[in-house]
Amino acid sequence: MSANGKIGNIELLNKTLATARAENRAALIAYLPAGFPTVDGGIAAVKAALEGGADIVEVGLPHSDPVLDGPVIQTADDIALRGGVRIADVLRTVREAHAATGAPILVMTYWNPVDRYGAERFAAGVAEAGGAGCILPDLPVEESEVWRKAAEQHGLATVFVVAPSSKDERLAKITAAGSGFVYAASLMGVTGTRESVGAQASDLVRRTRAATADLPVCVGLGVSNAEQAAEVAAFADGVIVGSAFVKRMLDAPDEAAGLVGVRELAADLAKGVRSRS
Amino acid sequence: MSDDFFIPDPEGLIPSAEGYFGAFGGKFIPEALVAAVDEVAAEYEKAKTDPAFAAELNDLLVNYTGRPSALTEVPRFAEHAGGARVFLKREDLNHTGSHKINNVLGQALLTKRMGKTRVIAETGAGQHGVATATACALFGLECTIYMGEIDTQRQALNVARMRILGAEVIAVKSGSRTLKDAINEAFRDWVANVERTHYLFGTVAGPHPFPAMVRDFHRVIGVEARRQILERVGRLPDAVAACVGGGSNAIGLFHTFIPDEKVRLIGLEAAGHGVSSGEHAATLTAGEPGILHGSRSYVLQDDEGQITEPYSISAGLDYPGIGPEHAYLKDSGRAEYRPVTDDEAMQALRLLSVTEGIIPAIESAHALAGALDVGRELGPDGLLLVNLSGRGDKDMDTAARYFGLYDEGAGK
Ligand SMILES: Cc1ncc(COP(=O)(O)O)c(C=O)c1O
Repeated sequence: MSANGKIGNIELLNKTLATARAENRAALIAYLPAGFPTVDGGIAAVKAALEGGADIVEVGLPHSDPVLDGPVIQTADDIALRGGVRIADVLRTVREAHAATGAPILVMTYWNPVDRYGAERFAAGVAEAGGAGCILPDLPVEESEVWRKAAEQHGLATVFVVAPSSKDERLAKITAAGSGFVYAASLMGVTGTRESVGAQASDLVRRTRAATADLPVCVGLGVSNAEQAAEVAAFADGVIVGSAFVKRMLDAPDEAAGLVGVRELAADLAKGVRSRS
Repeated sequence: MSDDFFIPDPEGLIPSAEGYFGAFGGKFIPEALVAAVDEVAAEYEKAKTDPAFAAELNDLLVNYTGRPSALTEVPRFAEHAGGARVFLKREDLNHTGSHKINNVLGQALLTKRMGKTRVIAETGAGQHGVATATACALFGLECTIYMGEIDTQRQALNVARMRILGAEVIAVKSGSRTLKDAINEAFRDWVANVERTHYLFGTVAGPHPFPAMVRDFHRVIGVEARRQILERVGRLPDAVAACVGGGSNAIGLFHTFIPDEKVRLIGLEAAGHGVSSGEHAATLTAGEPGILHGSRSYVLQDDEGQITEPYSISAGLDYPGIGPEHAYLKDSGRAEYRPVTDDEAMQALRLLSVTEGIIPAIESAHALAGALDVGRELGPDGLLLVNLSGRGDKDMDTAARYFGLYDEGAGK
């Protein structure tokens, strides 16, 4: 329990995922980088995704070296960083999006910015902003103890990523350490839209479920349309969509059109996760 | 005198099982790569003690690479170094023209042992790329090399060499379009193709086991040089010096000398236009601890952990990170690291060329420039060993422009 400051919204995240499960559907989780195309534009995009029908948003902390991201998110990160985005702006994005919608908001970030900022200080900041947790895709469970202590103390979920290459022993270790949900990468590769979601995804979800009694398993990487969302919703607790949202913003003639695109895509995907195919 | 050229660290105490050299190292990788990196570590542990692996690698190092490499005294150059005696360890004479081949042959054999058929690698100066393309040609492996677009331009000769050798060379257009970005792109490829692909990492950075494994493959540099200088001079050098990009040629030279407490270990890093200009790649001089490319070490970064773009005239040193063992040697005080500017390196490149008839790589010229200072500090009784990590052929266009050597209208 933190001595000063607010407790993070892990319970809100858990409740949101439980509600989706009770409604016999998958949750829709959108990813959007903070500061893209501007800080205010990024906040508007997160709100648009939630208003359109997303249940949860992951706010990306743009990084100079996004090794796990494909060209779409690389481009967005670049634009955000050239615009001078700072961690304070990421936290403001979380705060305003949560305040406006009441939805659970997570931060997705490479580890070095958190390490540099201080794990404890970062966790306190995310909790204070009303955030629900963090996803740290290049922080393996073996190196995660310091972070997990801070997250737990501040009421934040620590969402770990599992991959098709993860062996069963690792799935057990990772799910035991994680909270909120498990992020199952649908395929071996970086972020970006794909023609189809690999068959590896359902196998990974099955193996992950066998390893964890209660953590929801959400699938990300490659999902871009309602059809794929429905396909994934058939076997997963949540569907995570990132590059497709960012692409709507990138391809739009102006920000307003981009926001319309984000809202439309979210509405479309929200239908997808409700029609388990 | 031993015939063994593959000499893994006999102490084996460092790094720890988790890959830590003191506070530095570790394994900061995405879950998707854990299985592959663990496989490399397990296979290397087996290979390290397998006489058949050592025999095959030793044979290659002698009959293909041309080991042992010569130790050359350079008295006319040394006149400019305060009269100290200076010896060069001639890694430039290895097949493919640099030290990089030592590590590449070891990892190529490992690739075969793991049953992988495709190799990817990053390259800055192109020397690691050329060595990798060479080994892939030799072993019949598919080969893709990632190289920053700026480096493909300034090291065009090596791009042609890689392509002649049958490798695919991909010019990376993201970020600073140099070595760091080539590594990013290689990691992206690896995540997507890890099943049949080995990432043949070219320096002593990256996640465990790469820093220790690549060091072990380069230890031969120092082991040979130590023996050679004892035979020739009858005593150990006062100091050994090497350039540091990621740190592989330097750790290869330093490692054997670590227990020789009287031998100073001096790494020379690229100061570009000067450390105070902000345009440099002097990671240990100006960086702070952080995580880049899979391990904790010193990193050039801003106050919020964004990696800053480095600069050096030398493509092989133009990197904002450094191997974790160097971070450990710096913090423990066992080694010292000094910055060398573009101009100092280029003057040293020309000086060695005109005094000794040896044209060094611009990377290695940073070590030579540092050696001039160290020699002056040591005085006429000093004895100095410098690693000449590579030859300068690839840098002739840069040097010709820098010194204005092209006839008017000639050149590109
Ligand atoms: C000749 C030469 N020396 C040195 C280096 C720097 O690498 P390291 O510090 O790993 O030896 C390179 C890298 O490209 C090189 O080609």
